[in-house]
Amino acid sequence: MKKFFGVLLSVVMILLLLGGCGGKTNSTEASGETSATKEQADTGAAARKANNEIVVGIAQDLSSSLDPYELSTAGTRELMFNVYEALYKVAPSGDYEPALATAYTVSDDGLTYRFTLREGVKFHNDAVLTAADVVYSFNTCREKSVDKNVKAALQNVAEVKADDNTVTMTLTAPNSDFLVYVGSVYIVPDSYSDQATKPVGTGPFVFTERKVQDSIVFTRFENYWGEKAKIQKVTFRIFDTETALVTALDSDTVDLFAHLTSTQVNGLSKNYEVLEGTMNLVQALYINNAVKPFDDVRVRQALNYAIDVDAMLQMTADGHGTKLGSSIYPAFTKYFDESLVNAYPHDAAKAKELLTQAGYPNGFDMTITVPSNYTNHVDTAVVLAEQLKEAGINATVQEVEWDAWVTDIYQGRNFQTTVVGFDASTLTAEALLARFVSDSSKNMCNYQNTEFDALMAEAGSITDDARRTECYRAAEKLLSDDAANVYLQDMADFVALRSTLSGFRFYPLYVLDLSGLTY
Amino acid sequence: MKKLFEKHNNWFFRAGFVITAFMLLMILIGQFWTPYEPSAMDASAKGLAPSLSHLFGTDKFGRDIFSRVMEGAGSTLLIAFFVVLIGASAGVLIGAVTGYCGGIVDEILMRICDGITAFPSVMLALIIIAVLGPGKWNVIWVLAILFIPSFARVVRTEFSRIKKQNYISLAKLQGVGPLRIIIRHMLPNAFPVLLPAISIGFNNAVLAEASMSFLGVGVSVNEVSLGRMLNDSQNYILRGLPWYALFVGLTIALLILGFSLLGEGLQKNNEG
Amino acid sequence: MNFILKKLTTMIITLLVLSFLSFAAFEMVGDPVATILGTNATPEAAAELRAELGLDRPLPVRYGSWLVDFFRGDWGESYIYHIPVRDMIHEKFVITVTLTLMGFFLAVLMAIPIGLYSARREGQWIDRAITVLSQILMAIPPFFVAILLTIFFGLLLKIFTPGTFVSYQDNLGKFVGYMIFPAISIALPRIAMTVKMLRTTVLGEMQKDYIRTAYSRGHSRQTALKQHAFKNGLLPVITFLAANMAEMLAGCIVIEQIFSVPGIGRLLMTSISSRDIPTVEAIVMILALWVMIVHFIGELLNDAVDPRLHG
Repeated sequence: MKKFFGVLLSVVMILLLLGGCGGKTNSTEASGETSATKEQADTGAAARKANNEIVVGIAQDLSSSLDPYELSTAGTRELMFNVYEALYKVAPSGDYEPALATAYTVSDDGLTYRFTLREGVKFHNDAVLTAADVVYSFNTCREKSVDKNVKAALQNVAEVKADDNTVTMTLTAPNSDFLVYVGSVYIVPDSYSDQATKPVGTGPFVFTERKVQDSIVFTRFENYWGEKAKIQKVTFRIFDTETALVTALDSDTVDLFAHLTSTQVNGLSKNYEVLEGTMNLVQALYINNAVKPFDDVRVRQALNYAIDVDAMLQMTADGHGTKLGSSIYPAFTKYFDESLVNAYPHDAAKAKELLTQAGYPNGFDMTITVPSNYTNHVDTAVVLAEQLKEAGINATVQEVEWDAWVTDIYQGRNFQTTVVGFDASTLTAEALLARFVSDSSKNMCNYQNTEFDALMAEAGSITDDARRTECYRAAEKLLSDDAANVYLQDMADFVALRSTLSGFRFYPLYVLDLSGLTY
Repeated sequence: MKKLFEKHNNWFFRAGFVITAFMLLMILIGQFWTPYEPSAMDASAKGLAPSLSHLFGTDKFGRDIFSRVMEGAGSTLLIAFFVVLIGASAGVLIGAVTGYCGGIVDEILMRICDGITAFPSVMLALIIIAVLGPGKWNVIWVLAILFIPSFARVVRTEFSRIKKQNYISLAKLQGVGPLRIIIRHMLPNAFPVLLPAISIGFNNAVLAEASMSFLGVGVSVNEVSLGRMLNDSQNYILRGLPWYALFVGLTIALLILGFSLLGEGLQKNNEG
Repeated sequence: MNFILKKLTTMIITLLVLSFLSFAAFEMVGDPVATILGTNATPEAAAELRAELGLDRPLPVRYGSWLVDFFRGDWGESYIYHIPVRDMIHEKFVITVTLTLMGFFLAVLMAIPIGLYSARREGQWIDRAITVLSQILMAIPPFFVAILLTIFFGLLLKIFTPGTFVSYQDNLGKFVGYMIFPAISIALPRIAMTVKMLRTTVLGEMQKDYIRTAYSRGHSRQTALKQHAFKNGLLPVITFLAANMAEMLAGCIVIEQIFSVPGIGRLLMTSISSRDIPTVEAIVMILALWVMIVHFIGELLNDAVDPRLHG
């Protein structure tokens, strides 16, 4: 018996040891305010309405760094849109409107931009915005931005000069999209080094707290220069499994959940209003144009004819989604060419005929590689594989982890076909089309067309807007004619919004604007 | 066959036999004929409830769940078969050597086996599959290796017991070589213990495949397997289509029940 | 003592092998830099990040320094979240261990009375019913039990709301309440196995000499059972379940997925796919340690009751 208690004692000791390890950090969060507020959240939507707060569901945690120039995932960018602001800010219409600057002038040669700063703008840390902050922000962004388009555009800025209340920028070459890039440079306080973990901006919401893999809290910025946000407090909670997501919607836990699929919003309770927008990306069956048999334009065209996009949309999203036809989505109203949408109507016989001409009368085997973490791309690939059978093409879907996709496919270009969606980090045609220029480092598809290259080069170097639009449209047409890829859709983006809330705005960019929401 | 039944004349064995035979029959039929083409999609028949035309209903792409279960159970069983085949062969080999030789070889190999069993096999498999990528054969190899210790242990215990028996000492004295002793004299005697281990191995392999595919790190998306289907069905449980998960889960449970009853029946006989 | 020493050596070797294997596995295929930088990666940025994470050093060096740090208590920083792995794991580990312990005690509490009862009524219809039922329950995978529980208690009876997990740090009562159904899912097959095991052991014990002696002293069969219930019931059950800890943990990751419990299994899954090597390593180590400690305790208990086993 004695021995038994000895053993029991050692059990208890070991348990204590295990329990004791690393227990300190969470205790601070567990005590006091957080538990109290959680308590309130538990009492449901009515209480949140009374407190003027909302809970927003998100599907993944934010990336590690919240530094404005290191926002590496779309999910992080869309939330930080509420915290950071630039001199000019995108509006739901896609136009750029004055934000931290009130006006700008541009010289006749298009090389010198002068921005007049807004007076009395405060940062979240109470510092007042100065021209020095703007210079600091532009220089830091140019140096370390993870967004290649923005970084490239800023390389053409020869000088950024602060002058009392104005900032002057001198370009080495004219760039008629320059204002868009200015809109991508978030302004932060000079020499503040904690942006990655304690971001400070000028936006309508203040970043307040983050619990990794659990939640993020924003509160309203009371000293905001413009119209203050209506909601007092926003808590983002992560629901990273389908079950968690669906139950969150079915129970009273969330007030807003964006980027849902039609399956997820089907049968949603009356407590929610379902809004439909688009994801603002180009989902396509991207083809490696350099490998056999896809180096033959007839084979690529055959794929285009073999695939029935309408049927695919019906299957994966109950018919929701916008057909594309080229590497541009409709939010780019100026550049979107409607006539390309039906350039390759579904026609299995024609596909077979083209394959026969190309020397594949009995079809061939191919692989569609998809990153496994994107379930909607995986679903699309499965449906496409089934459709290709009709044309005698035997497609196998291969799921790979995200890092393997980045290294092997995106960088290594070692693939046959892949289904993904490319979004535009800035509202420029460049962001969607430049990846097909022959020598672009992003030309994953190995698309080679000197005519296309010339059009893109011309569009980038001129300021005449009409001619630029012509160039981009011609470039899009080439992508379609060459059947560079099978362009599928801009996916439907469903937002579930508690019916007591209103004021949600869709943007042509991947952002989640919370400032307009109100009970 | 008749002999087998006479030998294992107990309730467990009979029930296990009936269930397993039924499942095997369905799987066998599934290889040649299914009510629908398992991968055929139908946009007009998405997410249907069970009916006469679709016994188990349809999934999100309008594919017939019953046909897919028939095919999926087949690949699950195939995986289990190869896992047990490879795992048992290697296990018998290792167990025989360690059990017969004893000493330092035994010590080392058994420590390795201890090491493998110290960690939840499914979790180890998760890591390896995450690295190798999903696919039927990757799952087979990983699970087979992780299953070796369980077989090795059984055979080893039995071998070290048999080793001490008189007839083995006698054979040794007569100058019979160790290989011959192992194969001709010891292995046949260890067989009654191995049989239930194999049956339980099947049971565990089905469970492991299902768990892994359920977590999305099992077979690839082109392949149908019970675990993969269960993973698919999970999203529909809460959206009012619980039968998908119910039928697939039931099939897994029946498959496992059959094997576990068989194993139980075989073991009962050894004891009695 | 010799036995304890031997066990400790095995434990250390196992930990070393496991940790090295998982290290090597990610060396072969995974690239955390690609995961973090995604399509924005430039060769320079990749090289810089590689240096920052220390990935530019050769594998043996990295493994060596990680190992030394780990045993010093420094488990490194998550590649993805840049916070100490220890802080990240702590809460999740407590959640998962609570789940396994709840399952464990549930199994002990249910299995002992049922097993002993079944043994007492050996051969009667109730014993047979229990045997058949446990045989069936044993065959039902924990995740299927979980799905059934979700459908019946969550959707039909609405006794609990799936997906409304509350952490023990926020509300202990609600936390335990939510964990009951996951714990049942994990415990049910174990209960069945334990009942069967217990019944066989007890019936075997009854044949042994000391029980016969007890009989001859005039004790009834019932009192003999009761007197030895502690030794014959509790200890074998605990040892048996302790030996099953690895399986219970494996069950946990699947169960966590179904009930949306943010435990260590979920963290392991996400860390594997995001190639967060320090986190994966720490989880592997801590889980292996936990399993081995439980095994060890089980064996010690066994030893305490029957010292002959280890000579």
